[in-house]
Parts: sequence; structure tokens; C-alpha cells
Amino acid sequence: MTALPKTCQKKLGLVIDLDTCVGCHACVVNCKEWNTSNYGAPLSDTDAYGANPVGTFLNRVHSYEVTPAEGPAQTVHFPKSCLHCEDAPCVSVCPTGASYKRSEDGIVLVNEDDCMGCGLCAWACPYGARELDALAGVMKKCTLCVDRIYNENIPEEDRVPACVRTCPAGARHFGDLGDPESDVSKLVAARGGVDLMPEMETRPVNKYLPPRKKDELTKGEALAPKSTEPKGFLAWLDKALEAL
Amino acid sequence: MYPAPSVIYFTTLTGLGFGLLAWLGFGYPDVIGKTAFFLYLLGYGFAVGGLFASTYHLANPKNARKAFSQWRTSWLSREAVLSVAALVIVAPHAFAQVFLGGSVPALGWLGAVACIGAVFTTSMIYAQLKTVPSWATPATPLLFLGYAAAGGALFSGQVVMAAILLVFVGIAQLGSWQLGGELFAEAGASLETATGLQGLGSVRQLEPPHSGTNYLLKEMVFQVGRKHAEKLRWIGGGLAFILPVVLLLLLPPHFLTLAIAAGSHVAGVLAIRWLFFAEAKHVVSLYYGK
Ligand code: SF4
Ligand code: SF4
Repeated sequence: MTALPKTCQKKLGLVIDLDTCVGCHACVVNCKEWNTSNYGAPLSDTDAYGANPVGTFLNRVHSYEVTPAEGPAQTVHFPKSCLHCEDAPCVSVCPTGASYKRSEDGIVLVNEDDCMGCGLCAWACPYGARELDALAGVMKKCTLCVDRIYNENIPEEDRVPACVRTCPAGARHFGDLGDPESDVSKLVAARGGVDLMPEMETRPVNKYLPPRKKDELTKGEALAPKSTEPKGFLAWLDKALEAL
Repeated sequence: MYPAPSVIYFTTLTGLGFGLLAWLGFGYPDVIGKTAFFLYLLGYGFAVGGLFASTYHLANPKNARKAFSQWRTSWLSREAVLSVAALVIVAPHAFAQVFLGGSVPALGWLGAVACIGAVFTTSMIYAQLKTVPSWATPATPLLFLGYAAAGGALFSGQVVMAAILLVFVGIAQLGSWQLGGELFAEAGASLETATGLQGLGSVRQLEPPHSGTNYLLKEMVFQVGRKHAEKLRWIGGGLAFILPVVLLLLLPPHFLTLAIAAGSHVAGVLAIRWLFFAEAKHVVSLYYGK
């Protein structure tokens, strides 16, 4: 139903470390691979091998450049998928009841059998986390791999979202953000995790860890040069060149 | 936002249709027989045509009937319910006026209120979206209701009422164009807040996440219209308000005058609705550096 649950027993979500992400897009590929063959309609591509390929993805990696007031600019790779918001506007706008948020774990899902493909939920999401599939005509979004995380038919280490499982840099963490004692909650507290676009009042569950401060060379830290006069071969070369 | 023809026709035609039906439901003008038949044909034609156009916006229309289920929470669902309710409630009143030479005022009034509700809920589909700051303002429902009232008055042949309303709605539209430009900045979203990197410095897009286009870019990062906005505002405003008012005030209230004024009004409203969508900027465009 499109009413949001008053409370959720768990707040399952992702913590994404912008310090660690190397922008390899492995999570994008593994997300597509898993989700095109599991929950709901496949994630279709149009003109996949042609000049203008377009396709449905549930996770995308942007790359930005941040320039501080002083000092060099820095590249930040920025993966983005559904943030499983507590006040998910995408859910309450849905006219058919297809979009819903689960009270047991807070995951926001689309029941494709009810979706009429109006696209209003995608308009309501500030983060671009929902894409209407061009072939199936139904709304697709991150399911937090609901068909992996509780799946007893796969090895235990695989019972995390596909993006988390595949990230070679360890930039993605999965857990219960409603439990202050969970690893992800502690990580968010330690690293000052933030909400995206808080002014949109969606209260996202997923958190982003800003890049750590880079080391800076301060005066006096560098060693003094040991040798001023060239010796050996370089001394000979020096002399020889000067003689020319 | 992408100005899809389906939603432009949907909002324009249902606004006109329900506006006209509301006036008729309230008994302005109190018509019977052939005139009533002609006016109800227009009212029902516009409203049903607009609702029909809206189904072209659905990628999976076979589930459209489910849109009646979530009226407790969803404005779109409320719009669906009230639209059908309005059409049904006005019907006996219309039938009595057209075929029996009488009327059912109670149902007429109730139906008129439902018509207003249908227009209001339509406007709230857009006004509820914080993600599109230029829509998320009380001006949106006020203007939608204003357009419906003015257009309905025009089509029902109430010359003086139509002229007054057109002037008021025209001024309101002008005001909303003047102030609307600030709303995005006032909402406070920027690429810095969108990425949570505000503490580190200013952010710009280095590389987009995909080389081609996608649903988000096509649907919500439409920018073509902004270039011609100024010109289109003049054309839309001229056709929707200025020409009809001039015609109504200067020419005798002949059927032909009304028909030309009404036709011009509809063309103008379509252009203005196109702008309503094309000019609206969705916050997701920030992620794409737009
Ligand atoms: S990120 Fe978007 S799609 Fe996901 S819950 Fe929030 S508003 Fe809905
Ligand atoms: S596209 Fe589907 S899930 Fe989204 S609001 Fe419309 S019916 Fe609901």
C-alpha cells in the first residue's frame, strides 16, 4: 500500500564511502547482471550494440570534481541508487499501490503486477533512483537485492546486495542503519556520514561518507637536501659540459 | 520536465471540461434543450478527451484501473476518483436539462463541487512534488482552478464573467512567471547538497555516469524549451488572454465572436501548459551538472 509504515523494525541500507570508491563501475555491472535475471522484469536495453545504446540501470556512478577554496581539486566518484528513504515521496504519490515500503526492513519496492507505468514516482524521487523500463513499461528501482539478502540457497557471504559483494575497493557497506550498534551505524558515526539533499526532506536511510581530508605538506616537514655538489660520474659530466 | 503531449492535453482539456461542467452544474447559464445538449457535449467531450489523453502517458495502461485504489494517500488516485465521480454525478442533472427541460439542482451543485475537486487534485499531482520547485507552490492549484473557471465561463458563453476571469488569471499567470524563476534557488538544492560534498568545496561534473542518454535525462532533464520561453510566453499569453478579452469587449456577443475567442484561448493555454512542463527544472538535473 502507498501509505508509509509508521515505524520500521529495521532500516536496511547502504553506506557508501566516497573516499574509497575508485569509480570502476563494477557495482553498476553486477547490479545489472543480478537484477536483470531475478526480481521482476529484466532491465532492458535498446540499441545495445548500436550507436545510441539506452538501458535501464538501478545503480549509476557519477564522477565529480571538488575544488576547495584553496588547494588542488579532487576527483570524487559517486555511486547512486535508491536510498530507501524513510519519508519516501515516491511511495506516497503512487496511485496504484505498486510502490511500497516494507515495515519489517524498510526496503522500498515496486510490485510490478500493479504498476501502470505513470512515472510519477520517478518524478517524486529527488535522486533519480527510479527508471521506467522501456520494454516492460514498469518502474524499476534498487531492491537492495531483497532476493539475495534473505536467500538461504546461496552461500552466506553472498547474502548481501550484488553491488556490495562485487565492490573491489570495499567502498560499499550493507547493514541495519536503525541499530546504533551495527557496523554500518558505527561507521557512519565515526566518519560523519551525511544525507543527500536533506532539504528535500526524504530522510534517506543510505548514508554517504565524505572523502577524508588529504594529507598536506606543511613547512619544515620535508627533509633538507643532503648533497649540493655532484659527485662521481655526475661531477665529471658537470665539468665536461661546462668545458664545452 | 519533458512536455509530453499526453499530459499537456490531459491538464488543458480536463481543466476546460470540468470548468465548463462546474458552471453548468451551478446553473450558470441555466440552459435546457439544444443549447444544453451542445454545452454538455463540449464539457463531457473535453473532460473525457483529457482523461483519455492521460492514459497515453502510461507505459502499462492495463493496470490503469488500479489507479482508483490509493485515494487515501495519492493525489493522482484522488484525481482519478473525483474525475469519474464528477462525470457521473453531473450526468442526471445534464440529462434532465437536455431531455426533460428540467434540472436536478442538488446533483448539479454536488457535481460542480466534484468538478472543482477534480481540477484541484489534478493540480496537486504537480504541486506536491518538492523535486520540481517551480511547481511546488500554492500558485499551481490557484492557476489550474483559475484556468478552469475562466475557460469554463468562456465556453459557457458568459461574456462578462469570462472577461473578468481572463483578466485576473492572466495577471496571476504573469505574476507566477515573474516569481517562478526564483523558486528553484529558494528550494536550496545544489550539486553540493546533492552529493553531500558541501564541506569540501564547489562541485562540478567531471564525467557523466553513462555515455548515452537514459530515462532520467529524457524525462526530467529536458532543456529545449527554456531558450524560447520568452517568445512562447508572449504567444501563449496573447492567445489565451489578450485576444479573447479584446474580442469579448469590442465585438457584439455573437456566437462567432465567442467561438474565435474560445479557440484562441485553448491554443494559448496549450502553449502555456507546454511551458509549464518544459520550463520546470527537476532537482535530479543537478546530478548531471545541468
Ligand atoms: S531514493 Fe528515491 S526511489 Fe528511493 S526511496 Fe528515496 S525517493 Fe524513493
Ligand atoms: S510508475 Fe508504477 S510504481 Fe510509479 S507511481 Fe506510477 S504506478 Fe506507482
